[in-house]
Amino acid sequence: MSFLWAVFKGIFSVTFVQKAITQGIPLLFGATGEIVTEKSGNLNLGTPGIMYMGAIGGLAGAFLYETGTEAPNGLIGILCAILGSLLFSLAGALIYSVLTVTLRANQNVTGLALTTFGVGLGNFLGGSFSKITGTAGQITVYTTGQTFRTRIPFLSDHLGIVGDLLFSYGFLTYLAIVIALLASWFLTRTRIGLNLRAVGENAAAADAASINVTRYKYLATCIGGMISGLGGLYFVMEYLGGTWQNNGFGDRGWLAVALVIFALWKPARAIWGSILFGGLYILFAYVPLSQSMQEIFKMLPYVVTILVLVISSLRNKKENQPPAGLGLPYFREER
Amino acid sequence: MSENAIELKGICKYFGKVTANDNISLTVKKGEILSLLGENGSGKTTLMNMLSGIYFPDKGQILVDGEEVTIRSPKDAYRLGIGMIHQHFKLIDIFTAAENIILGQEGQSQIINLKAVTADIEKLIHRYGFQLDLNKKIYDMSVSEKQTVEIVKMLYRGANLLILDEPTAVLTPQETEHLFGVLRNMKQDGKAIIIITHKLHEVLSISDRVSILRKGAYIGTVETKDATEQSLTEMMVGEKVSLNIDRPTPHNTRKCLEVKHLTCINKYGVKAVDNVSFTALGGEILGIAGIAGSGQKELLEAIAGLQEGDGSILFTDPATGEEEELLGKDPLEIKKMGVSLAFVPEDRLGMGLVGDMGMPGNMMIRSYRNGKSALLEQRGPRQLSEKVKEELEVVTPSISYPVRRLSGGNVQKVLVGREISNSPKLLMTAYAVRGLDINTSYAIYHLLNEQKEKGVAVVYVGEDLDVLLELSDRILVLCGGRVSGILDARTATKEAIGLLMTKHGEEN
Amino acid sequence: MAAPKQKEPFVRIVKRDSISLGKSVAIRIAAILLSLAFCAVLIYSITHSNPVQVYRSMMDGAIGTGRRTWNTLRDTMILLVTALAITPAFKMRFWNIGAEGQILVGGIATAAVMRYCGNSMPTLLLFALMILVSLAAGLIWGLIPAIFKARWNTNETLFTLMMNYIAIQLTSFFSIAWEAKKGSGNIGTINQKTQAGWISTSFLPDIFGNFNYSINVFIVLTLTVLMFIYLQYTKHGYEIAVVGQSENTARYAGINVKKVILRTMALSGAICGFAGFLLVSGSSHTISTSTAGGRGFTAIIVSWLAKFNPFVMILISFFLVFMGNGATQIASEFQLNESASEVITGIILFFILGSEFFTNYRLIFGKHRKEANE
Repeated sequence: MSFLWAVFKGIFSVTFVQKAITQGIPLLFGATGEIVTEKSGNLNLGTPGIMYMGAIGGLAGAFLYETGTEAPNGLIGILCAILGSLLFSLAGALIYSVLTVTLRANQNVTGLALTTFGVGLGNFLGGSFSKITGTAGQITVYTTGQTFRTRIPFLSDHLGIVGDLLFSYGFLTYLAIVIALLASWFLTRTRIGLNLRAVGENAAAADAASINVTRYKYLATCIGGMISGLGGLYFVMEYLGGTWQNNGFGDRGWLAVALVIFALWKPARAIWGSILFGGLYILFAYVPLSQSMQEIFKMLPYVVTILVLVISSLRNKKENQPPAGLGLPYFREER
Repeated sequence: MSENAIELKGICKYFGKVTANDNISLTVKKGEILSLLGENGSGKTTLMNMLSGIYFPDKGQILVDGEEVTIRSPKDAYRLGIGMIHQHFKLIDIFTAAENIILGQEGQSQIINLKAVTADIEKLIHRYGFQLDLNKKIYDMSVSEKQTVEIVKMLYRGANLLILDEPTAVLTPQETEHLFGVLRNMKQDGKAIIIITHKLHEVLSISDRVSILRKGAYIGTVETKDATEQSLTEMMVGEKVSLNIDRPTPHNTRKCLEVKHLTCINKYGVKAVDNVSFTALGGEILGIAGIAGSGQKELLEAIAGLQEGDGSILFTDPATGEEEELLGKDPLEIKKMGVSLAFVPEDRLGMGLVGDMGMPGNMMIRSYRNGKSALLEQRGPRQLSEKVKEELEVVTPSISYPVRRLSGGNVQKVLVGREISNSPKLLMTAYAVRGLDINTSYAIYHLLNEQKEKGVAVVYVGEDLDVLLELSDRILVLCGGRVSGILDARTATKEAIGLLMTKHGEEN
Repeated sequence: MAAPKQKEPFVRIVKRDSISLGKSVAIRIAAILLSLAFCAVLIYSITHSNPVQVYRSMMDGAIGTGRRTWNTLRDTMILLVTALAITPAFKMRFWNIGAEGQILVGGIATAAVMRYCGNSMPTLLLFALMILVSLAAGLIWGLIPAIFKARWNTNETLFTLMMNYIAIQLTSFFSIAWEAKKGSGNIGTINQKTQAGWISTSFLPDIFGNFNYSINVFIVLTLTVLMFIYLQYTKHGYEIAVVGQSENTARYAGINVKKVILRTMALSGAICGFAGFLLVSGSSHTISTSTAGGRGFTAIIVSWLAKFNPFVMILISFFLVFMGNGATQIASEFQLNESASEVITGIILFFILGSEFFTNYRLIFGKHRKEANE
C-alpha cells in the first residue's frame, strides 16, 4: 500500500506535471509535424533525424550569433536559433521529399536513411562545430538558452500552484500547443486542409479533383519537417539550456512517431497525449524501485503505443485508421 | 464562339510499344450528346483521359471552343470546363458527399463554410433533378449515389463538357433511366456530353451522334438517327467477323456440382450471395449473367474455397460418383480431397498470377507443393510453360519474362493455359474475355468448348449478353445475390435476361 | 479560357520497359561516384585537406592494418547477417524494422548463458546452448508483431519499431542487474579471464595473424549461400515471394498466408537473434544498449538496395562499413566527432536511393515525341 501511496504522491505533484510537460513538448512538436506529413501520405521515418537536425541547426544559429557579438541579445539569439532550426529541418524534409516524391524512392527506406544521416549530423556538428568554425570549447549558447527558458512574467509567480502548473514554461511550450491546435483547425476546417487529407487518403482522386499532389506532398512534408525540428530546438534550448549532449535527445524522435499513432492522426489529441507520454517517460523516477527495475518502467510509453496500435486495429473504425494512402507512391501515368 | 465545344485533331498516344490511340479526330457540339463507341481496349478511355488531363497526348491538337489548348493536368481540364466521371470513382471514402464535391475547389474564403456550400450545391441538385444526401459519407453509399456525387461535383465546378466513362455498367435500368433524364436536362442547358459505352441500345436511345473507335483508330462518326444496332456493330467490330460462336450440343452430361441454399457475407459485411441453388453439369457450359457486383465474385470464390458461407456445395466425382462437400474447405483442402477444380478469377494479376514472376513461377502456383523435397521442382513448370506458350500462342520474349509486362490477352492465356493444364473436372471463369481483342476472345471460347467436350463442367461468368447467349447451354441470372432465373440459352432472349438481371428483391 | 502558352511539358517521365544489366550497374556506379565526389567537397570544406589524401586515409582507416581489416570484415559480416535476417520478411512485404530489438534480445540471451553457464559447461554444449537461446529469443521477439499482423492486420512497421525500444530498455535492465562494478551501469567484458563462450580462432593455424574473425566470416558467408538457396529454390521461398506479391494470389494458391507470415517472421527474428549471438560471443563479449548500433536499420537499406539478392548484399554491406570505418578514421585524425561516419553513410545512401529512379524511368526532354514510340 505504501508503495502505491508513494507513487500516487509523486504523480500528483506540481513538479511531476511540470516535468511531464517538459518531456512531452518535444514529442508534441515531433508528432504534430509528423501528422501533417503523414496526412499527405508520406510516412516519414526520418522524423527522428529531422529533429536532431532542427536541434543542431538552432544551436548552430545561436552559437554563430553569440560568438560573433560582444554582448549577445537573447531575443536576437532566439531569432537566429529558430531560423537555423527551420533551415536545417527544412533541408532534411527536402531530401526526403525529393527522394520519395520526385524520385519515387521507397518511403520507409528513405526515412531510415534520413534518420541515420540526421542523428549523425546532429552529433557530428554537436561534437565538432567549434572545431570546424575555429572557435574554442563546447557549443554552448548561454544567453539564448536562458532567454528560451524565460517564464511568463507575473503569471508564473503570482498565481501560486496555477501559475506553476500553467505559466512556468518558456514560450516554445505554448507555441507547441498553439501549432497543434492550429494544425487541427487547419486540417478540418480549411480548403487546403481538406485537400491535403484527400491527397493522403487517395492521391489519384485528389489529382482528378485538380489538386497538385506533388506540391501538396512537398509542402506538407517540408512544413511538417520544420514543425518537428522545433521539437529538437526545444530540447537543446529549453531542456538543456542551450548546449549539446551527444545522443542527448535519445530516441524521443521515435516516441514522437509513436505519439502520432496514439493520437490517431489528430493533432489536438496529441496535446494531451504528449503530456501523458512525457509522464510515462519519467514515471520510473517516482516509483520506489531498484535502479534496474526502473529501466523496465521506461518501457511504458512504447507498451502503451503498442496497445493503442493493437486496439485500433481491433476496432477497425474507418475514421481512426492511418491515411489510406500512407506509404504509397503516386505517379499519374502509372499503368 | 465556336459551335463546337471540343475538337480533337490527330491525337496519338503510346504506352511503351503499345499504340493506344492512333491519329484520332472528332468533335462534340454544344448541347449535344455524343456516344463514343468501341470494344474494350479500343482506346476510348485513353482518349478521354487526355481530355481530362490524366494523360498527355504524344501527338495532335485539342481545341476547346475553337481555340487550341494544352491540357497538362486535371486542373487545366477543369479550367477549360471539362469534367470526366471515371469508371472507378475518384472519391475519398471517409469524406462526405459535400466535402468531395468542394474538393480541390478554390472558394472565396480558405475557411470552409459548410452550410453555405451545402445550400449552393442543393440548388444545383434541384435544377437537374438529382437525389443526393450531401452529409452522407462515401463509404456508406451505393454505386449510383457515388456516381451522382461525381456528376454533381463536375457541374459544381462549372463543367460545360461532361465525359462519362461507362456510366451505366453498374446501374439498374431504373437508375439508368434516371441518369439519362438528368443528362437530357443538362443537354437542354447547353452542356456538351460524351458518353463512353458499348451498350448499343443505350447509344441509340441517348445520343445525337456516335463516334466509333476500333483498336485505337478512329473509324467514323454517324448521326444516331441514321444508325442501327447492326450498322454500329459492323463499324465497331470491323470487317464481318463471324459472330457465331461454336456451340456443340452437350452429350453425356452428368451432375458435377450442386450448390444448395448458399449464402455468403462478403468482406464488407454485405450479404453478397443470398440463398443460391443450382446445378452445374459436366459437358455443358453454364453461363452466369448479372450486373457487375451481383454476387458473381463471391459465388465463384465460395466454390473455390476462398469465401466462407452457409449452405452446401457438393462436388460429384465423375469417376466414383462420390459426393464431396466443398464449403468450409480452403483451396488446399479441396485439392487434397482430389477435387480437380480450375478457377480463372476476374483479377488476373491480383489473384490468379504473380506479376513479377515469369511463366514457370506462375505455372507452379497450384503445383509447387508436389513432391516431398523442400526444394522446388523446376523442370515440370518449365516444360509446361513452353507447352502453353506454343499451344496458346503466347507472345513473350521468353518464358522467364515477368507476366506483368505481357499484354492483357497474353496474361489471360497464361492463366487459362495453366488452369486447364491439370485436366480439371470443373472449370470456372470470371470475365474471361474482358479487355481481350476479338481473336483472343474467340481463342478462349474455343478452349472452353474443348473443355466442355471433354466432359468438364464449365461455369462462365460474363458481362456481354450476346456472348453468353451464344456460348452457354444454360444461363443462370443473378440479381442482388439471388438467382432470378435459369434459362435455356438456346431459346432465351436478351430482353428476358435483361429483365431478370434487374428483378430486384422479387421472389425467385 | 486562357490556356497555357507552352505547347507541352518540358520534361516527361516514361517508365522503362526494361533495362540492360550493364546500364543499371552503370547508373549505380555513377551514383556512388557522385556521392564520393560530393563527400569529398564536403570533407574538403571542413578539413581543408586534399580530398585524395582524405580518401587515402579512409582506406587506411578501413583496411590499413591487419587489425583494421579484420574489424571492417567483422562489421561487414554483422551488417550482412542482419540484412540476411530481415530479407525474407521484406520479400514478403512485412516491414520488419525491429531487427535492432531482435538482435539485442539475442545478445542478452547469449550473454546470460555466458555469464551463468560459461565456466561450468563443456565448450561444445555451451555454444550449442548459446546459439539455441539466442535463436529462440530473436524468434519470440519477431513472432509477437507477426502474430498481431496475421490475426488482426496490426501495422507491423510501427509495432516492430516499438519492440526495439522495449528491447533496449530490457538491455538497460540487464546492464544494471549484471553490472560489473556497482553503479557503473555496464556489464564489462564477460568471462574476461577464461574467455568462456568467446568465439575463438586460436585453434586455427596462425595464417591470418592471431587476431581475426575468420569464423564469423565463414559462418556468415555460409548463411548467405543458404539464404540465397532458401529464397530462390525452396518451397518456402516460393511461398514468401507469392505472399509478398499479392495476398489474394497466395490465398488462391492455397497458401496459408498467416502461417507463412508467422514462419517467416520466426525465421527472420531467429537469424537476428543469431546476429546478436555473433556480436556478443564473436566480437564484443559484452552487451549494452548500443550493441546493435543502428545496424537493424542500415540492414534494411542494404537488403532493399540489393533487391533482396544475398550476394549483392555482401558488396553493399562491405561498401557501407568500409566508408563508415574510413570516416571514423578521418574524424579521429581531425579530432572531429565520430558520427562523421553516419553522415557519410547517409549521403551515400541518398545518392543510391535517388539513382534507383533512373533505372526504372527515362526522362524525355522537349519535343521529340518519336522516342516514346521506339
